[in-house]
Amino acid sequence: MKVLVPIKRVIDYNVKARVKADNSGVDLTNVKMALNPFCEIAIEEAIRLKEAGTATEVIAVTIGAKASQEQLRTALALGADKAIHIETDEKLESLHVAKLLAKIVEQEVPELVILGKQSIDSDNNQTGQMLAALTGRGQGTFASKVDVANGTINVTREVDGGLQTVALKLPAVVTTDLRLNEPRYASLPNIMKAKRKPLEVIAADSLGVDLTPRIQLVTVNEPAKRSGGIIVNDVAQLVDLLKTQAKVI
Amino acid sequence: MKTLVIADHDNGILKPETSKTINAALKLGFAVDVLIAGENVAPMSEAVASIAGVNGVLVADNSAYAHQLAENIADLVLSLAPDYSHLVASATTTGKNFMPRVAALLDVAQISEIIDVVDADTFKRPIYAGNAIATVKSLDSKKVITVRASSFDLQDEQTPAESRVVDSVFSSELSAFVSVEQTESERPELTAAQVVISGGRGMQNGENFSLLNGIADKLGAAIGASRAAVDAGFVPNDMQVGQTGKIVAPNLYIAVGISGAIQHLAGMKDSKVIVAINKDPDAPIFQVADYGLVADLFDVLPELEQAL
Repeated sequence: MKVLVPIKRVIDYNVKARVKADNSGVDLTNVKMALNPFCEIAIEEAIRLKEAGTATEVIAVTIGAKASQEQLRTALALGADKAIHIETDEKLESLHVAKLLAKIVEQEVPELVILGKQSIDSDNNQTGQMLAALTGRGQGTFASKVDVANGTINVTREVDGGLQTVALKLPAVVTTDLRLNEPRYASLPNIMKAKRKPLEVIAADSLGVDLTPRIQLVTVNEPAKRSGGIIVNDVAQLVDLLKTQAKVI
Repeated sequence: MKTLVIADHDNGILKPETSKTINAALKLGFAVDVLIAGENVAPMSEAVASIAGVNGVLVADNSAYAHQLAENIADLVLSLAPDYSHLVASATTTGKNFMPRVAALLDVAQISEIIDVVDADTFKRPIYAGNAIATVKSLDSKKVITVRASSFDLQDEQTPAESRVVDSVFSSELSAFVSVEQTESERPELTAAQVVISGGRGMQNGENFSLLNGIADKLGAAIGASRAAVDAGFVPNDMQVGQTGKIVAPNLYIAVGISGAIQHLAGMKDSKVIVAINKDPDAPIFQVADYGLVADLFDVLPELEQAL
């Protein structure tokens, strides 16, 4: 079984994003960038499927500027067999990304596409579902467990009320939630080896996808700041203030 | 111009997010119809019809919709889409699951988790874990929108609007329901509670979460958790409050043994009043707290329960 893992380069999850002074966006100059945490989980799961003998080949793909090849090298160091970089300097929307990925799905014909449920920058939570729709596949979103057997994949999903398990016909699309696995770290020898693994570069505009924006970014602002609070001395004072000052109990 | 809201429900109970999402949808300025899809949803359709501002209710009652499988719900919504300019759902795990599928099949973008309606094309939504608020304008002729319900109020009630039955059945071969593990709780739902008390890594283990029970009982609170507590296996995933878990905005949020990572703050910083209890005076949670208590939670919790 061939597995495709779409990944994204994003702001490091420990870094607090700052809004640009001109409100045109978030300032990413000299900010530490990393692999989106949900994408790490997706790569890990694909590699575990390969280690279990279920997957035969793991292909990582990303869409973005040249710098995102760094994250593809990380994926290769973690165990992906080859990487595809769809190069563009444009800021793309989920629908564009899903359409470009659909072209790669057409080309590579993976039985399973596994990707993060959400990127921690745009917080959209859309790409996997859109890709499933565009490729006519079933979707198992927010996965905390996957089980492949006999042309079917059972996906246990983290839903608001607990856990739901669905059975999808392969080929299918799965998006990862936090509890699916704990990603490994790349070892130094594997990082060295990754430099020699194949990385194919494709220009985004060569794939015949209309990348005209559907959403206009009007402005980006800081959220409302909370005014500073106070440190109370003990439980009695806390309860008293909640009753008399905040009036919430 | 007309809006279709897709109602969210669980096991025969209409979720409060539906009423709040209708509140958001009405701000678009057009008539709002509501689709309720599921199995045996007739009793709920009455409740939906009684939410103030609802123009009409569409009832799709079939076993194909029983478990809200994205493939089936998306096809159903798609079949109704020609009559509507705006399609709106709550950003619950159900809405997040099927709505992008609808958007892709309509070949339009989705605007996710709006927190404000500026006009019928323009919306505000948090990005970067809520550290920035983007104002975005949809350039598509049809809008597909999910709503962060905690940012909108509940609607009042009205004399029930008319209902009509939608007969079309979409039953995809692509996916099938296997099972569900519902978390049973007598407490209010996290996203609907007026008071939320959450525990973090500082709780040390799952058993210690019972220290929150007495306080939650007295305050009528829901119990939540940080990602660290869920990852450590103290409590189930559906208790997670945060950027990618549940977003809550209660009147009172009490964070116990939670350091206050960016991702956790994203899920609770719109609460009206925040209390933080942590023994580390440098914990970032104190920066967003209205009332901070620097103390060992194991001393404080029994005392707090007694004092209430």
